[in-house]
Amino acid sequence: MSLLTLRDLTVRRGDCPVVDHVSLTVTGGECIGLIGPNGAGKTTLLRAALGLLPASGESTLAALPAALRARAAAWMPQAREIAWPVTVERLIALGRIPHLPRGARLRPEDRATVDAAIARMGLESYRDRIATQLSGGEQGRVLIARALAQETPLLIADEPIAGLDPAHQIATMEVFAGLAREGRSVIVSLHDLGLAARHCTRLMMMERGRLVADGPPGEVLTPENVDRVFGVLAYYEQTAQGPVFQPMRVTR
Amino acid sequence: MRGCVRPSRVISLIAALVLTGAAALAGTAPAPKRVVSVNLCTDQLALLLAAPGQILSLSHLSQDPDSSSMAEAARAYPTNGSGAEEVYLLAPDLVLAGSFTAASTVQMLRTLGIRVEIFAPAQSLADVPERIAQMGAALGREAEAAALIARFRADLDRLSATPDRRPRAALYYVNSYTVGDRTLAGDILRAAGFANVAGEAGLARGGTLPLEQLILLAPDVIVSGRDYPGQSRAEEVLDHPALRALPGTRVAGTLTDRDWICGTPMVLSAVEKLRDLRLSLEGNE
Amino acid sequence: MRLALGLSLLVAALFVASLLSGQAPVGAKESLAALIAGDGTPLSVVMREIRLPRALLAAMIGAVLGLSGAAMQGYLRNPLAEPGLIGVSGASALGAVLAIQTGLSLMFPLALPLAALAMAVLAVLLILMLAGPRGASITLILAGIAISALAGALTSLALNLSPNPFAAADIVFWMMGSLADRSFTHVWLALPFMAIGAALLASLGRGLDALTLGEDAAQALGVNLPGLRLRLILGTAACVGAATAVAGAIGFVGLVVPHLLRPAVGARPSALLWASSLGGATMVLAADIAVRELLPARDLKLGVLMALVGAPLFLHLIYKTRKEMA
Repeated sequence: MSLLTLRDLTVRRGDCPVVDHVSLTVTGGECIGLIGPNGAGKTTLLRAALGLLPASGESTLAALPAALRARAAAWMPQAREIAWPVTVERLIALGRIPHLPRGARLRPEDRATVDAAIARMGLESYRDRIATQLSGGEQGRVLIARALAQETPLLIADEPIAGLDPAHQIATMEVFAGLAREGRSVIVSLHDLGLAARHCTRLMMMERGRLVADGPPGEVLTPENVDRVFGVLAYYEQTAQGPVFQPMRVTR
Repeated sequence: MRGCVRPSRVISLIAALVLTGAAALAGTAPAPKRVVSVNLCTDQLALLLAAPGQILSLSHLSQDPDSSSMAEAARAYPTNGSGAEEVYLLAPDLVLAGSFTAASTVQMLRTLGIRVEIFAPAQSLADVPERIAQMGAALGREAEAAALIARFRADLDRLSATPDRRPRAALYYVNSYTVGDRTLAGDILRAAGFANVAGEAGLARGGTLPLEQLILLAPDVIVSGRDYPGQSRAEEVLDHPALRALPGTRVAGTLTDRDWICGTPMVLSAVEKLRDLRLSLEGNE
Repeated sequence: MRLALGLSLLVAALFVASLLSGQAPVGAKESLAALIAGDGTPLSVVMREIRLPRALLAAMIGAVLGLSGAAMQGYLRNPLAEPGLIGVSGASALGAVLAIQTGLSLMFPLALPLAALAMAVLAVLLILMLAGPRGASITLILAGIAISALAGALTSLALNLSPNPFAAADIVFWMMGSLADRSFTHVWLALPFMAIGAALLASLGRGLDALTLGEDAAQALGVNLPGLRLRLILGTAACVGAATAVAGAIGFVGLVVPHLLRPAVGARPSALLWASSLGGATMVLAADIAVRELLPARDLKLGVLMALVGAPLFLHLIYKTRKEMA
């Protein structure tokens, strides 16, 4: 079943296409890493796919009414915005908004979902802390839990692991991979190609607005692609402990 | 300019300005030929008493129908802005000023050698003949003044009444201001046969009477003072529904600023208007 | 829930206290009996025609100003956003003054709140345009200063040009606000606008909650942002416009009340909406009692008291914001 289909999605800033005729399909059970250098158009692609930006072409998510879309896909923006000093639990519960009937308070099933999201991100001890007083990395994990609480078939996250310590980066990627094993799908943009290679089932590589490679990590992270798109030479081997990808030096 | 006709200032400044000697001086001088008035009240007294050609110029306010009871008559004369420079250039031999005319203007004119006659505002009907006499002496028109005084006294006697039961009245102005017995307006009210409720509220001269207190006093009649053009929030209190909610109270008639601000014989028309109002109240009962 | 109950009781108590506050030296029992009897005695006229509308207006105005402040802050995600400070009240006052000075309000009484509302819409639009979606403190305050100054100057100009000698003295009323001698005429004039405005703002709760996460996340949570913005503009304008049209610009309610109540509701913007309307009613009722008890017969302006309480808090908030930005 397709969770998201894009056909020739194009976003222009003036005359210059920032996202250039991107077509792709996301089905259930995928953990997709969206990779590409700075300014390749990753964030723009994700926002346009969600209908948060005017775009030409087609996106099945953007075509949905806002209320339905909110139950089809969760979105975690790159900017970690928490405007008010609310508790972690309250902040995560905001993810339930699309599921609440008009004017209703949180129901037991909503609380259970919130609790599950908290447990999944290992935030039990933070539950009653004030979210604005947490460190940047902690806030990032809280916001991921918030997106999890939205309980959508598709989760789209823009650089969710940036600023997290190594343990939490790995744990978070494992959470995403776990979601994929449950049949849900995740699109996550990231710069750590090593984590992308290890945890993602599929990588989408962007260069100057175009989707230049799309497939399993081994097919995407070829030396040619990595050199052309990122300008680096990398060590990439399948080891006994899984794939290892390590950028080694700049090629130009 | 309008500030000078505001009741609050009229009352608060009276005590401060008592000028003696000016009137005594006036008696000895020859009759002036070039008279300039810079005050609304001296404008009107001069119009009533001056010989033809004696008046050179009146104040701007003299022609304002909202302030002056003789605006029509004043239109025959040029007006001045009451400043020392402008007045001096008219080369007057007598300047008529009120006690509220800017002290610096009066001082400047006197320094320049011009005779300035100061008139205090009238605080009661009894002050009116005094001001007329003062003006008569200043202009050298004592005989005309005497005749006017006699006519005023006769008319006042005719209009004045001391009914058995004086209806209780309140004079109610913008910003909840009321005037008491010891003012010209209060005296007019008394002469017309009313009792002023301001006295019951402890206001002999005048002051702010909150709407609540006015309602609790429940006067038989509320006489309001308003006829300025345009709108102001300060005047809204005169439209408050509470004024009309008292079954025993009538909001009737107006006693406007020009009716009582100056102690001239024109105050008699105010006395007459209020007397008629009282008679109509009695007729209703 | 305890907060709602406590605030409601406080509003009720202050409402009664407001009814019993005035220049007339009459006992409480007697006054309330006269209020209920309505038998045309002077005391019952005072209670029904002077004190009752005044207390009602104080509660209504406080409620909608508190609500407007909480809603604007929630939308702009900035605790400094307040209708009075950012010039919406000033613009409303200008609208009201224009309606009065052109004589429009005499021909058509609803012109007064409508003109105030129209100018308020203009001011809110300008603010949202100038401050941008996130409502950065510095642009918000600068835009507010500019709009307040312009509206204040035009209000003074309109009143100075009036042929009425008392109009110039009204400037203080429009700038500072007062409930002295308001009547049921004003209650009925303001009520429909306040009701519509409050209903619009009350519907924003869930959207404002979602906005805690930023505009993008809120939209992805299903919030219709343009619709929310429109309801905010119209709701704030209707509330502030109606309040200002009948009582002048009363500032700082929407600043002080949400600030004090935010911790009590766990900083949730939706809960802050109802809490701030109760809190606003409390504050204006209390202030209006204070102006009568502190300086009776002086018509001390409500805005004077509000500024004495609100301005120091405003300075404190600016200081705090500066520290956060540093």
